[in-house]
Amino acid sequence: MAIREATAPVPSIKRRVSSRTIREWFLTNICLSAGLLSIVTTLAIILVLFNEARQFFTKVSLVEFFTGREWQPLFAEPKFGALPLFTGTLQIALGSALIALPIGLFISIYLSEYAPPKVRGIVKPALEVLAGVPTVVYGFLGLTFITPILKTWGLPLDTFNALSGMIVVGIMIIPLVTSLSEDAIAAVPRAIREAAYGLGASKAEVSTGVVLKSASSGIIASFILAISRAVGETMAVTLASGAKPNFTLSPFEQIQTMTAFIAATVKGDVPYGSTGYQTLFAVGFTLFVVTLILNLISMKLVKRLKRHHG
Amino acid sequence: MAEPIVQKIGQAKLSPARRFKDKLFAGLCLGSAILGVLLLGVVLWGAVKDGFGGLTPRFFNGFPTASIERAGIKPALIGTTWVVVLTLLISIPLGVAAAIYLEEIASKNKVNQVIQANIANLAGVPSIIYGILGLAAFVRFFGMGQSILAAACTMSLLVLPTVIMTTQEALRTVPKDLREGSLACGATAWQTLLKMTLPCALPPIFTGMILTASRAIGETAPLLVIGVVASTREIPKGIRDPYTVLPIQIYNWSSMPQKEWHALAAAAIIILMAMLLSLNLIAIILRNKTKRI
Repeated sequence: MAIREATAPVPSIKRRVSSRTIREWFLTNICLSAGLLSIVTTLAIILVLFNEARQFFTKVSLVEFFTGREWQPLFAEPKFGALPLFTGTLQIALGSALIALPIGLFISIYLSEYAPPKVRGIVKPALEVLAGVPTVVYGFLGLTFITPILKTWGLPLDTFNALSGMIVVGIMIIPLVTSLSEDAIAAVPRAIREAAYGLGASKAEVSTGVVLKSASSGIIASFILAISRAVGETMAVTLASGAKPNFTLSPFEQIQTMTAFIAATVKGDVPYGSTGYQTLFAVGFTLFVVTLILNLISMKLVKRLKRHHG
Repeated sequence: MAEPIVQKIGQAKLSPARRFKDKLFAGLCLGSAILGVLLLGVVLWGAVKDGFGGLTPRFFNGFPTASIERAGIKPALIGTTWVVVLTLLISIPLGVAAAIYLEEIASKNKVNQVIQANIANLAGVPSIIYGILGLAAFVRFFGMGQSILAAACTMSLLVLPTVIMTTQEALRTVPKDLREGSLACGATAWQTLLKMTLPCALPPIFTGMILTASRAIGETAPLLVIGVVASTREIPKGIRDPYTVLPIQIYNWSSMPQKEWHALAAAAIIILMAMLLSLNLIAIILRNKTKRI
């Protein structure tokens, strides 16, 4: 009896198109469209930048743009050599990296290998607040606080100078380096550490020789991402480092980065459709490509780390 | 990380040179951590120290006029509120929907992997590029002009990747048992999502929203590019109106050559930082409260 009941065919549920099915179909598609919006955004960015940049490069040769040493796009006799913008950006990127990468990395080692929970509870939130400070505040800090202090040390600084820009951008990207490096270090299996300690290694030797080596691709990924952030940073460098395209590597002088050029030029109300207007897109496109390449390399490295540690 | 036992035994046998290196390295790490905390103090103090004198009632009620004595941040405060609220209204439904799609609905096929990678890439695009996109798309192509709506649309695209990724992470924190339990009780996939998964993931989603709001409050570069009316004499009354926001006001005052303007900028920074810190505080309090339930 019981067996017959159990083997009796289950009454088939008829597939009805109820209001619920329709509602759920709609919900699914709304969610899909929201996901696709990100693709649309990317395409729109590329389309907008590429379209105007292409028109710019019909008037200005690529060679002039990438090798010319004079950048005066809005003058009566315009010069379109973007090298000064590139050296400006490079200065900020390298200078801030020099500050942020070692400090950020040491903090992440401290947090993951050394810190007692109480100290961690102070350092972590402090870094989170530091990461949340708006970039315009960093710019203000560079201009009105860092530069005057550096001047009292006798450095021959302009009011706007690359050095204070490097310092504030450096401070700004420390939390990024720390949190991403810490993630990479946390992924290192505990067994490897124990094995190294078992062989008689000191804590420093384990940290540098085992943990750092094992997490290296993730750490390098965090470095690259931080540099990408520095390259794309606008407000801090505009306020602290100025708006004068300057083909120099001296950190004491006023410079202009790619981002600062965009910010300064749109503020000046360039006529729509003019070559001056199109320079915005040419510089923007270059900036986009550079940061995209950096971000892609960084993502590849993170993926490699994940594969490495399962 | 708890200290392994072997390490304590091994420590005694280190030669003096190795012990010195060990101590030096530990000192470097500790020193960097202390430096990090000190830097926060320097940044906050350096940015606000000249601003406390400027926090008068007039400063809150005034307009950004040409005279230093009468200048204030009323339109900027109201403009910031408009832009941030509208940005949240646009970006959160879209971001949560996209996260639900990627995390709960989508199969792991190529298209969805492309969407996922694309979102990660968008998160790394410099904010000023979003400004250029907003200028070309919203201000000019859609004819929104220099309005609150254009600002909020641009800002929404900027924060969308962050909203999606934090929501995805929030959804991932919901244990599988809960979903399967709900499905086993005969709920449809959507009922499970709306009545089980989403409510459970709400606290971290909410934290993500607050972080989104703080990002939108502080972001300056894209708004500078799409254009903000330099000296607003009017309080915005609708989403089509011109506006100014607090960070732009800070930027304008900072770029003045006279020191007196810098004091105004510092005063505005105090307000901005107070807003951001209290938002973070609210996030922490609410997170702790919901955890207890």
